[in-house]
Amino acid sequence: MNPFSFTRPTTVPDALRAVVRPGGRFLAGGTNLIDLMKENVERPSALVDINRLGLDAIEDLPGGGLRLGALATNADTARDARVAKRYPLLASAILAGASPQLRNAATNGGNLNQRTRCYYFYDNTTACNKRNPGTGCGAIGGVNRIHAILGASASCIATHPSDMCVALAVLNATIRVTGPQGEREIPFGEYHRLPGDTPQRDNTLHPGELVTAIDLPAEDFSAHHTYLKLRDRLSYAFALVSVAVALRMEGDRIAEARIALGGVAHKPWRVPDAEQALAGQPASAESFARAADLLLRGAQGQGHNDFKIGLAHRAIRRALRQAAAGTPQSQTDKRVA
Amino acid sequence: MNVMQNVGIGSAINRVDGLQKVTGQARYAAEHPVPGLVYGVIVSGAVPKGRILALDEAEARAVPGVIEILTHKNRPHIAWFDHSHKDMVAPPGSPFKALYDDRIHFSGQPIALVLAESFEVARHAASLVRASYEVEPHNTDFHKAQAERFMPSKKRDSFQPPKNRGDAGAAYEAAPVKVSADFHLATEHHNPMEMHASTVIWEGDGGITVFDKTQGPQNVRDYLAGVFNMSAKNIRVMNPYVGGAFGSGLRPQYQVYLAVMAARMLRRSVRVVMTRQQMFTHGHRPEALQSVQLGAERDGRLTAIRNSATTSTSRYENNMENVVNWGMMNYACENAAGEYAIAPVDTATSSDMRAPGAATGMTFFEMAVDEMAHAAGIDPLEFRIRNYSEIDQMNGTPFTSKALREAYAEGAAAFGWSRRSQAPRSMKEGRELVGWGVATGMWDAMFSKTSASARLTANGHLEVASAASDIGTGTYTVMAQAAADTLGLPVEQITVRLGDSTLPTAPVEGGSWMAASVGAAVQLACRSVAEKLLKAAEKMENSPLGSASLDEVRFAGGRISLRDDPARGVAIAEIMRAAGMDAIEVQETASGGISGMISQMRKSRNTHSAIFAEVRVDEELGVIRVTRIVNAVAAGRIINPKTARSQILGGVVMGIGMAMHEESMADHRYGRFMNHNYAEYHVPVNADIGDIQVIFVDEPDPEVTPLGVKGVGEIGIVGTAAAVANAIFHATGKRVRSLPITIDKVFDANPLP
Ligand SMILES: Cc1cc2nc3c(=O)[nH]c(=O)nc-3n(C[C@H](O)[C@H](O)[C@H](O)COP(=O)(O)OP(=O)(O)OC[C@H]3O[C@@H](n4cnc5c(N)ncnc54)[C@H](O)[C@@H]3O)c2cc1C
Ligand code: SF4
Repeated sequence: MNPFSFTRPTTVPDALRAVVRPGGRFLAGGTNLIDLMKENVERPSALVDINRLGLDAIEDLPGGGLRLGALATNADTARDARVAKRYPLLASAILAGASPQLRNAATNGGNLNQRTRCYYFYDNTTACNKRNPGTGCGAIGGVNRIHAILGASASCIATHPSDMCVALAVLNATIRVTGPQGEREIPFGEYHRLPGDTPQRDNTLHPGELVTAIDLPAEDFSAHHTYLKLRDRLSYAFALVSVAVALRMEGDRIAEARIALGGVAHKPWRVPDAEQALAGQPASAESFARAADLLLRGAQGQGHNDFKIGLAHRAIRRALRQAAAGTPQSQTDKRVA
Repeated sequence: MNVMQNVGIGSAINRVDGLQKVTGQARYAAEHPVPGLVYGVIVSGAVPKGRILALDEAEARAVPGVIEILTHKNRPHIAWFDHSHKDMVAPPGSPFKALYDDRIHFSGQPIALVLAESFEVARHAASLVRASYEVEPHNTDFHKAQAERFMPSKKRDSFQPPKNRGDAGAAYEAAPVKVSADFHLATEHHNPMEMHASTVIWEGDGGITVFDKTQGPQNVRDYLAGVFNMSAKNIRVMNPYVGGAFGSGLRPQYQVYLAVMAARMLRRSVRVVMTRQQMFTHGHRPEALQSVQLGAERDGRLTAIRNSATTSTSRYENNMENVVNWGMMNYACENAAGEYAIAPVDTATSSDMRAPGAATGMTFFEMAVDEMAHAAGIDPLEFRIRNYSEIDQMNGTPFTSKALREAYAEGAAAFGWSRRSQAPRSMKEGRELVGWGVATGMWDAMFSKTSASARLTANGHLEVASAASDIGTGTYTVMAQAAADTLGLPVEQITVRLGDSTLPTAPVEGGSWMAASVGAAVQLACRSVAEKLLKAAEKMENSPLGSASLDEVRFAGGRISLRDDPARGVAIAEIMRAAGMDAIEVQETASGGISGMISQMRKSRNTHSAIFAEVRVDEELGVIRVTRIVNAVAAGRIINPKTARSQILGGVVMGIGMAMHEESMADHRYGRFMNHNYAEYHVPVNADIGDIQVIFVDEPDPEVTPLGVKGVGEIGIVGTAAAVANAIFHATGKRVRSLPITIDKVFDANPLP
């Protein structure tokens, strides 16, 4: 861990000013950033604690949406009565992640911006383009059980580890940010990015920009949704494959489908073709399998993670069945519904 | 007062150190406050093999607060000969000596120790030390290492070569029912909660006091004396509390060596704590390959056992385990052949981890036995009973006791085994396949010469002491109970001291011998106090005890009274007052004695267990839930059913981890374990653990050890992974012969119909 300056501003403009020096980082819950500092992966020169900015509210939006403050904790968000009622998919995804202790500290903004769990990214002695651009990718040809099967590049095969973000992708959330150039809104699908040849960039946030809130549109998927997470133990492990599904049903038919995959790519993975293929279809094994095919089109294993392709196919079909039947996966009863 | 009835041997009292632990008063090795402490942070090497070409320390040395950087270039003199670096538990070979020279033996090897006035400065400066290497070809792939498989002529002390009987090859060929199975176990790291740490206090007179995370303070003392050519009298090693170890603290680890080296160089107090990542750079359970072939008659009688295994070691030491013996000992079978060897990889030396050898070898053997029972079409519990042996089949000796039959019966009854339907895939609930599996566990019941002292003061307070360790197992409590039992004192009047090398001699805490050994030593010491008291009492005028012998009196409630006439007695305080004694102080040593040695040769001494597991499998997705475990244990006399149960529970949880989760994954290009943190090295969490029922079956055994105690620290893990794996087969009809059984090995990867 390197020496750094520490400030704890109380206004957003002060925070933006404080973080501009090169190597400045916002500190929210610290559950990811501090770990990475201890491993000498992140070496910020300035830590700007943003917990006093008052961005921790959860507020109704005119028109029926909901605004989640960037500094609201994952725990408070999942347990908020409005989230639980109107966006149970989000609550479920959050509760599928980490541990109660971590969720109590972790914030929504931090969750969006958490970094990959790639072993090589965490280990300074190995090659990693994301940590040290140009050094190569240790995971390609290495231990890559947890790595991407979709959207990877020759530079990086890391995944984005968040559960919450998989639900936010399905819910068409909007990220509100503010920075030196003022405020802007980023549609969720454009927030995280694929690695390409610049894997050091996880997302489209500009340097010095602060996430202030996550807006959820006024849409109701509470009747037909699920978050199904498969991992190496029954709790407290990152997803090998996860699936968030939100359906609008009209009788036995699917009127609208949204599906996102976690644990398989550098960003929550959505495929418009797959969702369109389900629209107007009956909730049947055949239509689910077709959607799974389309979602996994082009999937490519790296050796240790080859199994993820078959596993994801099954997980997608199961999750669609859960959502269509209105029997979402419980995050406490570990039996898969 | 009849407190003694409730606290002595056999009673389920709470841990006597519980309050200290839950209130944070118990201090661990890195928590002892020392004025003027220097903080050392270890710099770990990046390559698995080769030479350090250069170390660039300039930037690190420029950081204000850095005192010194220890490397192979400037380290103080240490002993030259390997012999001086051996500890009591060291396997044959040349022990690793940190900062000895420019050679790199394994990835993560310590290459420098940065010493600074604060931890933060040391840690920062450590990140600025840069090394360049000449890298040499290496191999960490255990499968490739099979080409170098060998058995060294010099064996580890604890190694017992398998003894063959009959003609296993011919019997196997002739057997009407055969199974042959090859198994693999991934490398596991101990991962105790507390990381290895040492606080070395420079006493000013050349002496040092070392708070160390260890399972044997006297082992560390003697090791340090050898390495630094110091008089053992000038070294005091203390480990009053240990946050788990599972075997990783049997041998002194490199942080204590580095901390003492630094303290001697700077003539100051020094603390060195490993990081979690560095916890993956020393001992580990060896990776293993095992091949089992069994032959049987159609009625399920075993006729042939062939059991062969290889475990991993380093290139500089030859670690060996007893892997193949267990199955050969346990089953009635006229023809059995065992074969074992090791294969070197370029990692640190593997080491003992909870039930070393048995956790691996018995597990795989019991998985093979399950395959055989299935092949013979016999219920796997019935199969084991048909091949039950009353004697140790490999050594041809009787056991001091073996209540395994009772363990099978009581475990099966508690589990409801009779309701099992035999065919795989035949039990289902909802979407999940249900599987029930059984396995046998076996471990040694060892005893190790141990001394203890006892000091009774006139106010009725007793202190018992021994250089034993309590790594969370309950040694404090067991010592208190052995003392309470003998002298009839309430636990509140007893102080237990352990974890201090200056106390009476005790072995390292391992092998599950601690309770039996130190318990016996404390009992002996307390009996000696009792004798002295009785003698004094009988010298009193009009002694109510007359000339009764020790067997004719009873110690209870602070009094000695006649067994036949409890009204006739005298208070201990009164006896001491009358005799003018301030204190009675004794030290005794429990050794097996001559009769013990003869018994050792003539009889086998083992613990046994029967483990029953229930799993529920969502086959389509490969999600396995271990919903129930019953572990019925035959371990002689149980000193404290509560702490003993905790040991079995912990063993079972670790066994579930072995079956399903634990795996240190190496990148063979880097020769390095990659998932070196708690997020990615998985041990079971609460959600992975269902109902665990522990049963101790009655097994009176006055012969096995002086107290009739066999020890329970390790038996809980042995066989548990097999019971889980066998249950997974019963649920799914699929044999997974490589542990851990992760999701990818189970889910049905066939394309959809
Ligand atoms: C052992 C372990 C297990 C875990 N398991 C899971 C899991 O199963 N599923 C899962 O989803 N997550 C899991 N997590 C990750 C956890 O969810 C994240 O660490 C957490 O969400 C990060 O939030 P934070 O507030 O602590 O972020 P911090 O650590 O404070 O920050 C993380 C990053 O985000 C940046 N940042 C924070 N807030 C803002 C903002 N408002 N604007 C711009 N940048 C910002 C920081 O600068 C930093 O780069 C796990 C973590 C651990 C340690
Ligand atoms: S996958 Fe990405 S994060 Fe991992 S080593 Fe390769 S470049 Fe680094």
